[in-house]
Amino acid sequence: MSVLQSVWVWFTDPAHWQGPDGVPTRLVEHLQLSAESVLIGVAIALPVGIVLGHYGRFGNLFLAFRVCVSGNLPIVLALTALAIPPMVTNSYVALREVDPDVKEAARGMGYRELAQVWRVELPLAVPLIMAGIRTSAVQVVATATLAALIAGGGFGRFIIDGFAQQNYAMTIAGAILVALLALATELSLSALERLLVPRCIRLLMAPAMRRATTLKVA
Amino acid sequence: MPSRLFLDAVDPWINWDWLARHVPYVLGALQQHVVLTAIAVVSGLIIAMPLGIAAQRNRALRLPVLGAFGGFYTIPSLAVFALLVPFTGLTETTAEIPLIGYNVLILLRNVVVGLDGVPRDVIDAADGMGYRPRARLLRVELPLALPAIFAGVRVATVSTIGLVTITAVIGLGGFGQLINQGLIESFHTPLVVATVLSIALALVADLGLATGQRIALPWSRPA
Repeated sequence: MSVLQSVWVWFTDPAHWQGPDGVPTRLVEHLQLSAESVLIGVAIALPVGIVLGHYGRFGNLFLAFRVCVSGNLPIVLALTALAIPPMVTNSYVALREVDPDVKEAARGMGYRELAQVWRVELPLAVPLIMAGIRTSAVQVVATATLAALIAGGGFGRFIIDGFAQQNYAMTIAGAILVALLALATELSLSALERLLVPRCIRLLMAPAMRRATTLKVA
Repeated sequence: MPSRLFLDAVDPWINWDWLARHVPYVLGALQQHVVLTAIAVVSGLIIAMPLGIAAQRNRALRLPVLGAFGGFYTIPSLAVFALLVPFTGLTETTAEIPLIGYNVLILLRNVVVGLDGVPRDVIDAADGMGYRPRARLLRVELPLALPAIFAGVRVATVSTIGLVTITAVIGLGGFGQLINQGLIESFHTPLVVATVLSIALALVADLGLATGQRIALPWSRPA
């Protein structure tokens, strides 16, 4: 039986689509792990990046924050640590890059500081902030695969268990699922980004929306 | 079991006796790590340079090329290794194909950004001085783009040093072998040694490249 056939057989076997080690369970595990990490990361990273970027000072503090955040044991903690730097960087840069003339105009029109951040600076910063969240999320989904190495769940289980049992059909099926999930995350978050970013801002920002290359960790 | 790993009070973080007896093993892992990384970065650069120059010149080529490698970059390395094993076996080829592919994307972006960043005035001046396109590229544009390309090489190197550890699942891995062994045997020493050494290797490589850049390209200011 060729490799492709065996993978096909693996996918069409109903036993692989139910129970505690079926595809749906693993998908939920994978998504839960990733979502928890990204959400905790957002809750920590965005306020820090936004405050630092708004005041446009404390650049050193921001660097220190990036260096200090490097997590370890529990998987969610490690993934969160991974998710934070791109989001802090992007939200910091996004707020800092808001045109000073625009800020001055907002002041002149009588905006208080909070209203200025909320109604003027944040809408202009959304494209870059979203790009940061997307980068983090894709990275976390990819890295969650490695959780299987330390007995975690998720799609990585299929790959690692497949290797251990020399069941290559399972390994390849797992690899295909992981690849699809990573691509789906990227595509759905790009779609969300397009939805959230007002059209006029998208046109305004077009040349500046180049994504920074981030370290590939998994 | 791995769950016991971090609760076991008897096993010290580093067992120096074990380490002293396994120096050749650790050095072998270091050598494999460096070789795998070097091949991946150098091959990535060899592919990315012409591709990046072509993509920067030709707008029709830019989106498909960057998009294709960007899509590949999204796919976790573990998945690519697993997909390749039935075709290329547990070999270095299986390890290098994804590693090179990821580096091509990192370097490609930096080549394009670097060449895009050459000021229009400089290009006009070069044209006015009678440079032909090829000479202009080699003697004016590339030297000005080199700092950006070099920054890409640094990112690619550090990222590859991390990814090489994952190739332990296909029997390679450099320091990843030791990490794997530590996890399987619930034994701290190889785990700690390999983690510390691979972080040190990444730092040394990055610092070394930064120093090299300052010496080789005095006109660039590394960030």
